[in-house]
Amino acid sequence: MTDAFSAAVSILFHGTALAMVLYLISVGLSVTMGLMGFVNLAHGVFAMLGGYVVTSLIGRLGVPFVIALGAATVATALASVVVERLLYRRLYSADDLDQVLLTMGLIFMSVAAATYFWGPLAQPMHPPPWLSGPINLGFRSFPGYRSFLILCGAGLVTALWLGLERTHFGVRIRAAVDNLRMAQSVGVNTSRLFTLTFALGSGLAGLGGALGADLLAIEPTYALENLVYFLIVVAVGGLGSIRGPFVAALVIGIADTGFKYLLPELGAFFIYALTMVILLWRPRGLFGRAA
Amino acid sequence: MATEGLVRASGIRPGEFAVGAFARRHRYHPLEALPWLAALAAAIVFPNYLPLGSQILATILFALSADLVLGYAGIVTLGHAAFFGTGAYTAGILAANGWGEPLTGLLAGAVAAGLVGFLSGLVVLRTTGLTLLMQTLVVATLLHEAANKASSITGGDDGLQGMEVWPIFGVFRFDLFGRTAYAYCLVVLFVCWWLARRLVHSPFGRSLTGIRENARRMHAIGTPVAHRRLVIYTISAALAGISGALIAQTTQFVGLTSLSLDRSGTVLIVLIIGGVGQLYGAFIGVPLYMVAQDRFSEIDPVYWYFWIGLLMVVVVVFARGGVLGLFDRFRR
Repeated sequence: MTDAFSAAVSILFHGTALAMVLYLISVGLSVTMGLMGFVNLAHGVFAMLGGYVVTSLIGRLGVPFVIALGAATVATALASVVVERLLYRRLYSADDLDQVLLTMGLIFMSVAAATYFWGPLAQPMHPPPWLSGPINLGFRSFPGYRSFLILCGAGLVTALWLGLERTHFGVRIRAAVDNLRMAQSVGVNTSRLFTLTFALGSGLAGLGGALGADLLAIEPTYALENLVYFLIVVAVGGLGSIRGPFVAALVIGIADTGFKYLLPELGAFFIYALTMVILLWRPRGLFGRAA
Repeated sequence: MATEGLVRASGIRPGEFAVGAFARRHRYHPLEALPWLAALAAAIVFPNYLPLGSQILATILFALSADLVLGYAGIVTLGHAAFFGTGAYTAGILAANGWGEPLTGLLAGAVAAGLVGFLSGLVVLRTTGLTLLMQTLVVATLLHEAANKASSITGGDDGLQGMEVWPIFGVFRFDLFGRTAYAYCLVVLFVCWWLARRLVHSPFGRSLTGIRENARRMHAIGTPVAHRRLVIYTISAALAGISGALIAQTTQFVGLTSLSLDRSGTVLIVLIIGGVGQLYGAFIGVPLYMVAQDRFSEIDPVYWYFWIGLLMVVVVVFARGGVLGLFDRFRR
């Protein structure tokens, strides 16, 4: 009984940590999908960039952990603005296929570029000493870094919700997701809104990639290999929602961890099957709005 | 736009012109013989490259099958390799377990892939956009995972080996130089192309284009949209299965890459290079891509991806419609 309980706690803990990473990376994708209808498969590239920035700053230059995280977020956000202004902007009104091809092309380029700059091997992530040890909560102890990950994720989720519900910027985003034309008509500068939202979403992805560098290994094929995870979180959660991807990330993160722990033979099978079943039941995702 | 100008210049009433254009569009144009002549000429000029040639022909079939769902029905998929791989593994497993008859192997590959297409289509096609894209990717990933785990049947990571393919009709043995394989692929491709061509020019095919352009209006005029999409998805899957079976039989090897995202992505690339929804994009895109890959990837296997990625970005931003699109623009 205690063994089963211990296993359940362990699955919940590690699953939640994975969920936080998945959520931070995917929430930007969900919002930009809802806002601009842009199929950005290259979203994972930003997460990878964040991961590379953090591992390089810490590993090669010895920059403090928290500063490295901030640098990764800012660098990814800035890089995403450049990409958005130069490339994505041209294709907002194009069809899915063109958007898919453009962003697949960016993924391919990122694979080669990452190999060129960092080599083909996964980058090791060294958490700072104050996060490396276990944290004792009385009834059992938890790995420090993962606990930090969960706290960090919970804090950011709260901040995002408050930002979207309570700030002027959040109101404009919700208005534009609900009805783009009407938002434009009442004077929202949607073009600038797009860029800002895109930068924010990509910055969060960069932060998520950086924080989760020990969960989703930072290697050149990152964007390609984890693509299916990010897409699942967004599609299961429902496009354009902030709450949806969070629930989806929790479901996927915990289920994935649990299945891999209990039935390692069958690996990722269940998660894909679960995804198909959820979408069969709710084709628009858990929190998707009606057409 | 261009046709309007033409109509005004020619003095024909628009109605007549449109009727004429529609009546003529299914007829064979002399230019359509070009790919087949090129394929024959290539076999004579480059006899040492026949194995690569057979792969190109089989891959053209794969791209053609993807063009049916992508270009005609407008279903953007990231998991077409699921059907290719299913066909390849079906034919491969049959041949490795004592049934090496090639034509029934092709048929089995087509049926298995068509079945996977039908069943996954039932689920996948209920959604649109990003969700649909994700589900096609999930189907392919699921099969990839299955093939990886069932290593006692599929050979897992090492690939399926030990295939024995019998002579075609019991007469034409697969030779070392790839002559039989080349002819075999060419004939199969021709038959499938002919079927696909008939299909897209049939009322069924026209209704697919209608669905792509405006699904709501097609609903309104009474087209069973979901049903039509499922049918073309299944047909396309079966053709992709034949293509996979062809490559399995001619190379006598099936690897996990036949189910990979890489392959699903590549087929989109070749179509965008050649031109989507024109039936001939595959014939231009695949040879260009595969010959370039054969040349460059030996020199620089990793950075090949950089250039192909850059090419995709450039084509999408500056040259929509691919090579065929450029021709169209030039003609105007």
